[in-house]
Amino acid sequence: MLNRCRFPIVLAFSALFASFACKKSNPAPDAPRTPPARDGVGAPPARPVAGGDIVIGEFGSMTGATATFGEMTHRGIELAIEEVNAAGGVLGRKVRVLLEDDQSETPQAVSAVKKLIHQDKVVAVLGEVASKRSIAAAPIAQRAKVPMVSPSSTNPELTEKGDYIFRVCFIDPFQGTVMAKFARNTLKFDKIAVLRDVKNDYSVGLANFFTEQFKALGGTVTLDKSYSEGDKDFNAQLTAIKATAPQGIFVPGYYTDVAIVAQQAKKLGLSVPLLGGDGWDSEKLWEIGGESLEGSYFSNHYSKDDQSPRVQKFVTAFKTKYQKPPDGLAAMGYDAAKVLVDAMTRAGATDGKKVRDALAKTTKYAGVTGDITINEKRDAVKPAVVLKVTKGQFQYVETIQP
Amino acid sequence: MRGAAIKLGFLVVLVGAAIGIDFALREIFNPHWLRLIELAGIHVVIAVGLNLINGYCGQFSIGHAGFWAIGAYASGVLLTVAEQKWGTPSAVVEILLLVGGMAIAAILAGAAGLLVGIPSLRLRGDYLAIATLGFGEIIRNVIVNVDAIGGPRGYHGIPVYTNAAWCIIVAALAIWFSRNLVTSSFGRALVAVREDEVAAEAVGINTTRVKVIAFVVSAMMTGAAGALYAHLDGSLDPDTFKFTKSIEFIIMITVGGLGSITGAVFGAIVLTLLPELLREIHPTLSEYRMVIYSALLIVIVLVRPKGLLGNRELSPSAGIAWLRRKFGKGTA
Amino acid sequence: MSTFIQQLANGVSLGSIYALIALGYTMVFGVLKLINFAHSDVMMVGAYVAFFVATGLNAGPDPSIASALITFLAAMAGAAALGIAIERLVYRPLRSASRLSLLIAAMGMSLLLEYGGQVVFGPQHRRVPDVITDERIVLGDLNLTVHKLIILGVSVVLMLGLHFFVNKTRTGTAMRAVSQNVDAAKLMGVNTDFIIGLTFAIGSALAGAAGLLVAFHQQGDIDPLMGVYPGLKAFVAAVLGGIGSIYGAMLGGLLIGVAETFVAAYLPSSFRDTITFSILILVLLVRPAGLLGKFKPEKV
Repeated sequence: MLNRCRFPIVLAFSALFASFACKKSNPAPDAPRTPPARDGVGAPPARPVAGGDIVIGEFGSMTGATATFGEMTHRGIELAIEEVNAAGGVLGRKVRVLLEDDQSETPQAVSAVKKLIHQDKVVAVLGEVASKRSIAAAPIAQRAKVPMVSPSSTNPELTEKGDYIFRVCFIDPFQGTVMAKFARNTLKFDKIAVLRDVKNDYSVGLANFFTEQFKALGGTVTLDKSYSEGDKDFNAQLTAIKATAPQGIFVPGYYTDVAIVAQQAKKLGLSVPLLGGDGWDSEKLWEIGGESLEGSYFSNHYSKDDQSPRVQKFVTAFKTKYQKPPDGLAAMGYDAAKVLVDAMTRAGATDGKKVRDALAKTTKYAGVTGDITINEKRDAVKPAVVLKVTKGQFQYVETIQP
Repeated sequence: MRGAAIKLGFLVVLVGAAIGIDFALREIFNPHWLRLIELAGIHVVIAVGLNLINGYCGQFSIGHAGFWAIGAYASGVLLTVAEQKWGTPSAVVEILLLVGGMAIAAILAGAAGLLVGIPSLRLRGDYLAIATLGFGEIIRNVIVNVDAIGGPRGYHGIPVYTNAAWCIIVAALAIWFSRNLVTSSFGRALVAVREDEVAAEAVGINTTRVKVIAFVVSAMMTGAAGALYAHLDGSLDPDTFKFTKSIEFIIMITVGGLGSITGAVFGAIVLTLLPELLREIHPTLSEYRMVIYSALLIVIVLVRPKGLLGNRELSPSAGIAWLRRKFGKGTA
Repeated sequence: MSTFIQQLANGVSLGSIYALIALGYTMVFGVLKLINFAHSDVMMVGAYVAFFVATGLNAGPDPSIASALITFLAAMAGAAALGIAIERLVYRPLRSASRLSLLIAAMGMSLLLEYGGQVVFGPQHRRVPDVITDERIVLGDLNLTVHKLIILGVSVVLMLGLHFFVNKTRTGTAMRAVSQNVDAAKLMGVNTDFIIGLTFAIGSALAGAAGLLVAFHQQGDIDPLMGVYPGLKAFVAAVLGGIGSIYGAMLGGLLIGVAETFVAAYLPSSFRDTITFSILILVLLVRPAGLLGKFKPEKV
């Protein structure tokens, strides 16, 4: 027995030694284990104060399931920063974006943000598209008091994580209601079926808010079926939906799944329009889904067909740089970076507190996705547009104000 | 009486060690590296646990991500509810809560191990591997289908109690425990089962019992590691616990050497740090993490089927013996 | 009632895919006693070969029987070549090693193909153009498509062909001999290396065919991780039918496909995987040999 206890004794000595060692170097060891201290105390943020580049961190899904989201967002950010630097940078310094790939995985997103903040000492963080990854990473930025701006995570929970967490997009309740109003008032639908992605906070949120609003407006939801992101066979759910004879199907998923849903629906003789949210926004939607999406609608942050000069200037610049038109996510990435830079300029500094305060005061910033005003919940207040899918183009239908 | 005193002393030492090491580590490392240490510690616990069944006992499990998930969700949900009910605990209570959470996680994972182990361990080789894979996926599926714990969207807002010190201490305990286990008569029974089950039966070893115990112990260690993981990030995503994670654990112990504790520890640490090292060399290299893992695995199986360390162990006494052999000859 | 029949048709269509992948698992397991985890990833590579060939032939805007055949054969040939390469480079050197080493190598190979595929082909989804126009076929209330019928037809034809080959030809007899006892077969003058290589080639060619058909089934949408879950399901199908049995693979595939479809139709869709893996466990515990397999107790 004694023999077996040798190990804990060794541990004890090392512990004693360790605590002595640390008493010397850390004169105020009280309140040692309160959770918020984990990332703050003991490692005072030694961010570069003057000179050198201003380093902004970005975390995104450059590989994995939602790789195109990360890629398009990054291009938007890249373009924005390039323009800022071409115009002389911020506060007389150049801006640099440090990109970390989270491989479309939540734990990797947490690692990436920890690295950006604590290893690379970035002054602010941009990211993510997927709400669940933004939500998982937000507490880290909050604890370290580094402002985080999400370009396009629309789940309401995100900005509740703390007063350093912002977004430049609208939130799910608004987006869900937009589509419900559109379906009921513009399309005059009475009966709609819902097909939601249960794996995705975003999709579930949208489906709930849509259902609530659609029923409140006097419509009926005939059937509410589910799938999991990445499924390839929707025949079973669609056959069940078809039996209830709806006038349209609300599918608030990501474009990869929606494109296949659309085709399988048509093949089952279910030729009603599909409706969805900004997760549809990718040129791949048409590439994979093709004709079967003709006549479907989705809500989005902006339309690249908007003829206003600021949108057209952005679209042209983007096309010149990347040889393809920007989607909504690229526009959101662009706006997120520009809003952040604008806040730094107004703050006249890059330290977290000042940038945070400036971000919170953002009012009517003229972004390509509309005028951005940050409200007291740190969400952006801005209109949504409804787009119609026709012949591979996303055609502008109407703008719905908040 | 003396036993109780030792146990009490042990607990005090543990708490002291946790606080002490925590301070020391936070002085030295930034949170990014601390997280890597934490993950490495958690992986060591799992690898050492998995090594008991896959390495020493020769029964192949591809389902440990499931036990990990049970531990993580059990402790995560329980302590979240506790915090909601009684508010933020004081530092001492927090330590007790984490220890309690790990204990409960270990017990539940162990129970699941028993449930899975008794029927499956009748199967051999590939069939056992598939059965454990199936069970692991079923566990994940059950979690995905329970909406109260977030279902497919994951469980968030778990109190963050884990720190690097805890991970190191639990890893050290796991190594110590596992070492004592494999050097005991039970450990020799394990190896006997691995080498020749029929012969082991013939010399009077109850092979079923040995296999089930090893499986349950292994599941318990993995469950405790799950509790540590739950309180590390404060959020759980069921996708983390896919069977590919089980395969990652297997890569860890195979790289180090099946049937060697040192090997498991080595493999767990290397595979945790490798992506970061790759990232240091070149940012895009870490995207190839899984490509490098899998290529490494194949090369090792082809070139050094027993892993980098085989079934050898590194320990202070072995080190001294090695030094003696190397340098002692001339002087003696 | 019409909904029920439609669901049944959906299930059979999904099931034929599983069946076709399961055939490859069953063949390799029968001969080498190896769960070839990489099998479904070979299928993925087959789908990518189909993608490149069909795109190169410009089959999208201009589908024809000829381009369909070329694409199909190219996918089979590409997958077969990969299968042979894997066998030569990885599995053959390990043939005398423990079964565990083989299993680990197979898992490694699977991961290497999946993540290597992400590097080589890019992580994004791609669309295999329709090499045959996917016309809708309406029979009363039943909605079918050309693709669904092709999937079922090709699976049945390949299964029958394989059955004939294994049971009625000399090479097939040699294959069965190797599956029973490698050493004895060698003593009887069978070139075992050749037979095992051939088994891999045929199994992988089937996977290549499945690659194109899976692409058909999911509307042409492919990505490097497309093999992971269909592979697991097909594997369950092989175990359910009796691993090593050709008809068993077909039966198992169809049963799993129908079961999954009905679960998704009448229960929350996330129960789909639960049901499949529960079937797996049940079969392993109650009847490890599967529905049509013969169980051989391990000899001392």
